[in-house]
Amino acid sequence: MRKVQSLVIGAGPAGLAATIEIAKGGGEVVLIDENAKPGGQLFKQIHKFFGSKEHRAGIRGYDIGTQLLAETTSSGAEVLLDSPVYGVYPHNEGIMVSYLHREQEKALLAEKVILASGGMENTLSFPGSTLPGIMGAGCAQTMINVNRVLPGKKVIMVGSGNVGLIVSYQLMQAGADVLALIEGAPSIGGYGVHAGKIRRAGTPIKVSHTIKRALGENQVEAVEIVQVDDKFRPLAGTEEIIAADTVCIAVGLSPLTELAWLCGCEFTYIPLLGGHVPIHNENMETSVPGIYVAGDIAGVEEASTAMEEGRLAGIAVAQALGLYPPEEAVPLKEEVWNRLNTLRTGPFGQKRFDAKVELLQAAKGGN
Amino acid sequence: MRVAKHPILPPIKEPDITIYVDGKAIPAISGEPIAAALLAAGIKVFRKTAKKGYPRGIFCGIGRCTDCVMTVDGQPNVRTCVTPARENMRIETQNGLGSWGEQG
Repeated sequence: MRKVQSLVIGAGPAGLAATIEIAKGGGEVVLIDENAKPGGQLFKQIHKFFGSKEHRAGIRGYDIGTQLLAETTSSGAEVLLDSPVYGVYPHNEGIMVSYLHREQEKALLAEKVILASGGMENTLSFPGSTLPGIMGAGCAQTMINVNRVLPGKKVIMVGSGNVGLIVSYQLMQAGADVLALIEGAPSIGGYGVHAGKIRRAGTPIKVSHTIKRALGENQVEAVEIVQVDDKFRPLAGTEEIIAADTVCIAVGLSPLTELAWLCGCEFTYIPLLGGHVPIHNENMETSVPGIYVAGDIAGVEEASTAMEEGRLAGIAVAQALGLYPPEEAVPLKEEVWNRLNTLRTGPFGQKRFDAKVELLQAAKGGN
Repeated sequence: MRVAKHPILPPIKEPDITIYVDGKAIPAISGEPIAAALLAAGIKVFRKTAKKGYPRGIFCGIGRCTDCVMTVDGQPNVRTCVTPARENMRIETQNGLGSWGEQG
């Protein structure tokens, strides 16, 4: 079996950044992804990113994706596409990673593995929730921005976090009418600047509202929404039926952790990070020696934090491979930690900062 | 419907291939996900569930949920949201778990 120094699973922002760092340190690295194209979910992000200059703020997501791909290509890393990984098996000779490529089973043996599998959108169950026309907000975003097709014309958005707000605006840019954005909580979840944009465009944001049911024979034709009280109980008499052909669900994401479960990583449960997350230390290494995590699998955050975590894991892997002496690796990792800490500030970031501290403490057995 | 006009994104490609959905010719852009070509043609029902025959369509769009599976060139359970469209592909609405058919 072919042996490699390191292998990164998932070519999204975290995986690309990790790959670039390992290659920069002089390490041999194979980046593997199940999709036909690398970039993960970056190419559907057509808005400008927030943050400071070091975080490439003001640059649109797809331009960041293009930059990362160019850096990956020039780094000399090997990229395997169209290759879903189905097994990660640590044993005494290394970590065996099994994958499919064009219906053929293949495997590699790596000294170090970084899992950067990302996240997946959550969903809601309600009568009619399986009707065609009801989809994740990220799905609609992929359709309009990457594939350039409209899934429907009259849209109801459920969830007012940044994904719900941003995708609502992007649906309007693509030519859809967003009839209403409903939010179960009593206040808007995402940034005020995004909420302002869609309000100015004429879309009402109905807080303390939820979807009661979707109506339709072969596809969604209308939805019934209802106001809820402070304990999320529907208030009788407040029901409203709105004709719509599309319902987008934006109620958060969960880490895609199958591979981490499969190879025996220890987990902890942190709802703010999306649920069950593999425990990792300051080097992003899990409880299984040689297996690292970065990005949404290590707790759902944003593309900017995913890139920084990828860099951190990449530098740590390069150090563990003996490519950097500690005196070189420590300051490099400190730089990344400083940027991560900056990203995890403010009313939204502070909670994620605290949640990541909890996760790091779990690695020390403090949980 | 295709998003031809956009305030930020460049113009779109024109359809350059034909795919057949339940025997009907549909224009598609080579390499785009099959699901995108179907949505562009206004097709939303991709399959019917095994027990109750309920309609299902695209849901996650990233190959995770498998709600969008159809029979493609005789092979059932193909995830249309991550499978690129190719010239003359034959796509069928899948009933239940699907069955193997003649492969192209």
